[in-house]
Amino acid sequence: MSMLAGLWEPFATFGFMRRALVASITLGMGAGPVGVLLQLRRMSLIGDAMSHAILPGAAIGFLAAGGLSLTAMGLGGIAAGLGVALLAGLVSRRTHLAEDASFASFYLTSLALGVLIVSARGSNIDLLHVLFGTILAIDGPALYLMAGITTLSLFLLSFIWRPLVMECVDPGFMRMTGSRGALYHMVFLFLVVINLVAGFEALGTLMSVGMMMVPAATARLWTRRLVPMMALSATVGMLAGFTGLLVSYHFRLAAGPCIILTCSAAYLFSLLASPAGIRAGGGSSPFRSH
Amino acid sequence: MSHGAIGLDDAGVALNGTPVWQHVTGSFAPGSMTAIAGANGAGKSTLLRAILGEVPLAAGKITLGGLRAQDFGYLPQARIIDRAFPISVTDMVLGGAWRQTGAFGAASPAVRQRAADALCRVGLEKQAGRMIDALSAGQFQRLLFARLLMTDASVIMLDEPFTALDAPTTQDLLALVREWHAQGRTIIAVLHDMHQIRTCFPHVVLLSGGQAIWGETARILTPGTLQRAYETPQATPWAGGPA
Ligand SMILES: Nc1ncnc2c1ncn2[C@@H]1O[C@H](COP(=O)(O)OP(=O)(O)OP(=O)(O)O)[C@@H](O)[C@H]1O
Ligand SMILES: [Mg+2]
Repeated sequence: MSMLAGLWEPFATFGFMRRALVASITLGMGAGPVGVLLQLRRMSLIGDAMSHAILPGAAIGFLAAGGLSLTAMGLGGIAAGLGVALLAGLVSRRTHLAEDASFASFYLTSLALGVLIVSARGSNIDLLHVLFGTILAIDGPALYLMAGITTLSLFLLSFIWRPLVMECVDPGFMRMTGSRGALYHMVFLFLVVINLVAGFEALGTLMSVGMMMVPAATARLWTRRLVPMMALSATVGMLAGFTGLLVSYHFRLAAGPCIILTCSAAYLFSLLASPAGIRAGGGSSPFRSH
Repeated sequence: MSHGAIGLDDAGVALNGTPVWQHVTGSFAPGSMTAIAGANGAGKSTLLRAILGEVPLAAGKITLGGLRAQDFGYLPQARIIDRAFPISVTDMVLGGAWRQTGAFGAASPAVRQRAADALCRVGLEKQAGRMIDALSAGQFQRLLFARLLMTDASVIMLDEPFTALDAPTTQDLLALVREWHAQGRTIIAVLHDMHQIRTCFPHVVLLSGGQAIWGETARILTPGTLQRAYETPQATPWAGGPA
């Protein structure tokens, strides 16, 4: 009985737990599907890079607003993320560096710049909040922002579904049929950026990408169909939110890391248990057999 | 199909400062069927890409006679297709009609029927539900033709479409190309098989020594021109391959 009560009691008792739960469900729903496409496009690194790139933008928003303001930091983050996406695209077109190589050098610069800006004005606590988030201190406006971003990104994804998927499979084809394949690519990068921004109030700039990549990696182990993969990725994210919050509540651990680690646990389990996981890689090879 | 010819007027292309071909003049009439021939490195792929505006001209001009980008269907030689992407054969074909599909990629019954017909036409109806990574190279080529069918392009450009295909597949797809021609579409295809060109393609562009010899196939493909096109001594034997 008390075991069962432990599952809902924290949420029934505390408003902040309820808001944290709604926040992580919202984040999982939006970031999960986007993460799947990001991985299928072999752009996992780029998601990571973008999340770092958002930091200096958010930091400038932090300075401009004179404190932790969601609007100012969110807008700054979106601007910086898109700026870096454009810049990296440009650099890889001009030079012969691969896109992810140019992203990697940008994001280290961004990270350093962001930390520098926040620590110049704010306290160490502010810095911690920006880097790792405060999911237990989410307020109403922040929830609205997350819900808005998730709604927008699910809407956009469904709206440009086929051209976007075609652009992922065969970018040359989209170019040939006279469409601006680059446009769909940019809309997609925009989705990545806004979902990372949605996550950063709750999980921080460094961990919000975890909600995007880990559930997606988990889902890929269980199905080979795109739409179920996205649905599963979102589900894993949402369930990890619920489980992670409970673990953090009962064991008095930091909530954000608990949520991401729950995603990781799901991934680890899938790696061991799913048909496409570790067991699949162990087939006999003429080079290995003795 | 009310558009003019695709015309090249003293056109030339240089890649990294080295001219590939120059002073090329000629036209692809609407509804014509033309093969492009020439040795490896002669600039056949470059010619297709120049028509599509993918490589800039160093000289002259190319006119498209009112054709828009979406009127072209193009099967490139080097394909950067992610075969591991989890998408089904049917969805890949439907992707060819992405302009007609709505939110969530919803396709009307008419479009779905067209996709099913296209798959039937290339002999892939049994594979319709498979994922694209479960196709052989030849089946995948059939799939790309089916997708081309969906685009309903009025100019179809194929860059070595039959390379690495067995005889039955080649025959099937060649028949499809001839059907497109019969429907009044313009066909431009890069081919290496002279017998194929002679039997199916009324016109040919032979790229040879940085020039184009353009005209009726029987007149252009003589032992003399072929000898010159395929045995033009190059500065170094290894300088002619793609970079
Ligand atoms: N990006 C590039 N930079 C410089 N030179 C290039 C580039 N791409 C192609 N070339 C050169 O341009 C010439 C024409 O290339 P193209 O690909 O059009 O040849 P092709 O006739 O299609 O050959 P193949 O039969 O091998 O496909 C070649 O000599 C090639 O070395
Ligand atoms: Mg070629």
